[in-house]
Amino acid sequence: MIVQAQKASFTEPLRLRSGAVLPAYELAYETYGKLNAARSNAVLVCHALNASHHVAGTYAGEPDNVGWWDNLVGPGKPLDTDRFFVIGNNYLGSCFGSTGPASPNPATGKPWGADFPVVTVEDWVAAQARLADHLGIERFAAVMGGSLGAMQALQWTLSYPGRVRHAIVIAATPRLSAQNIAFNEVARQAIMTDPDFHGGHYYEKGVVPVRGLRIARMIGHITYLSDDAMMEKFGRVLRGKDGPGFDFDVDFEIESYLRYQGDKFATYFDANTYLRITKALDYYDPAADYGGDLSAAFARAGADFLVVSFTSDWRFTSQRSREIVRALLDNKRVVSYLENDAPQGHDAFLLEDPRYHGALRAYFGNIPL
Amino acid sequence: MTEAGVIAGWIAPGARVLDLGCGDGRLLRHLWETKQAPGYGVEIDDAHVLECIRNDVNVLQMDLEDGLAAFADRSFDCVILSETLQAIHRQEPLLRDMLRVGREAVVSFPNFGYWKARIQIALAGHMPVSKELPYQWYDTPNVHHCTLVDFEALCAKVGIRILERVVLRDGGPVSVLPNLLGSRAIYRCCPG
Repeated sequence: MIVQAQKASFTEPLRLRSGAVLPAYELAYETYGKLNAARSNAVLVCHALNASHHVAGTYAGEPDNVGWWDNLVGPGKPLDTDRFFVIGNNYLGSCFGSTGPASPNPATGKPWGADFPVVTVEDWVAAQARLADHLGIERFAAVMGGSLGAMQALQWTLSYPGRVRHAIVIAATPRLSAQNIAFNEVARQAIMTDPDFHGGHYYEKGVVPVRGLRIARMIGHITYLSDDAMMEKFGRVLRGKDGPGFDFDVDFEIESYLRYQGDKFATYFDANTYLRITKALDYYDPAADYGGDLSAAFARAGADFLVVSFTSDWRFTSQRSREIVRALLDNKRVVSYLENDAPQGHDAFLLEDPRYHGALRAYFGNIPL
Repeated sequence: MTEAGVIAGWIAPGARVLDLGCGDGRLLRHLWETKQAPGYGVEIDDAHVLECIRNDVNVLQMDLEDGLAAFADRSFDCVILSETLQAIHRQEPLLRDMLRVGREAVVSFPNFGYWKARIQIALAGHMPVSKELPYQWYDTPNVHHCTLVDFEALCAKVGIRILERVVLRDGGPVSVLPNLLGSRAIYRCCPG
């Protein structure tokens, strides 16, 4: 499937949860399949931390640039683009096409940098609703996401309960734990204490806080994999050595892997974006306005739900998903819950497990158009 | 007379039902079609969970041995445990939990006191294998078989009131010597 990235421009200012106002902005997106005449087959796919609007397929002339959820989305795949019109949207504040900290600030003509506002899950969903208006979609057949994407799917049912028929909420949490926030803070500190960060105005200095980004990515990666999966993949295997080096160079394969992931990430991801998405994660807590009562928060939720968790996910554990299920049951919502015992940890949501993908295929198959 | 028919007869139209160990969801489907009763199934088995989703039945993949913490007090009109009691390790806390979550409970199980089962043990000297009890002793999901007498004694101990009992054999009701002549029992209960 050859696909093309597109952009939509919005000139109506967007008031953000923080109170800041984004005067104008662009959203990058891709679409797969065809919107039917009744406009009833649209599915929005929301992405997680470091992904983009490139959900499925490849770009012309770039056969290796495969969409991040291509194993799930496409013709004949569990989310079948022969039947559904699928939209991938890049969130505001990203570094992959939508307006973000590296975009020019209309007030100064220079990159926003540190002045780009802090954006939240609620803000992303508000922007996505405008994209839906732009595309002529009144009501989505489904909104789906994993991890941070799942928070957006949840928020859709709260912000626009009449505009979502089904929410597919995968590897989710209704709020970050103190431990989750702690990991995010270590990542942010790594970036902000990098001498090349310059308070977020590093673009004009022509440098990138590479060291901070590397460490942020290494920390993140540890939380995406289960202990078992990491042990299975790397064990205590030494990297090109017969014994310990008794120095501080790479000894173990896992060190090499983390360094590689960190280096790669630092070449393509923006530090200001990373700070903002970790904050968006930290701030998300729909129960906060209801004294922590998630059931009260979900009283207004529209949509039928499919909730999926992975038992080896220690970042957003199955218990967090069961809290979502409990809140939905308390409100007599239509919900199914899949608790998959795939061993890979949080990243399992991106991988192909026949039970997980089979369930999604069956669920989408039962969504009437 | 089928078990699904008996249970449907006890469910008021539109009642909220929870089916524990719901298999492929066919009982919930039946209750939806005959009584417009919205329901959820609880199931641990991956293949059954997938069948439920295919059958458009709400299913929650959870382990009954962990209890029913996912469900609020009195949140269902009826909690059903159909052909699952004998596969549970700790029946007593589950029965209590069922009557915390539901106003009523329905429990069905194969009767280990059925005469054919007794004969297989007493005369042939081996564990019963039959249409109702299709498993060999070494290869069975069942861990705790019981008879009508045993179940009713447990209900008395836990403080469960039995409202109705239907005993079946070959699709027909059994009223004489049910613990001997019935191969399957279905109970409707409420808190005592």
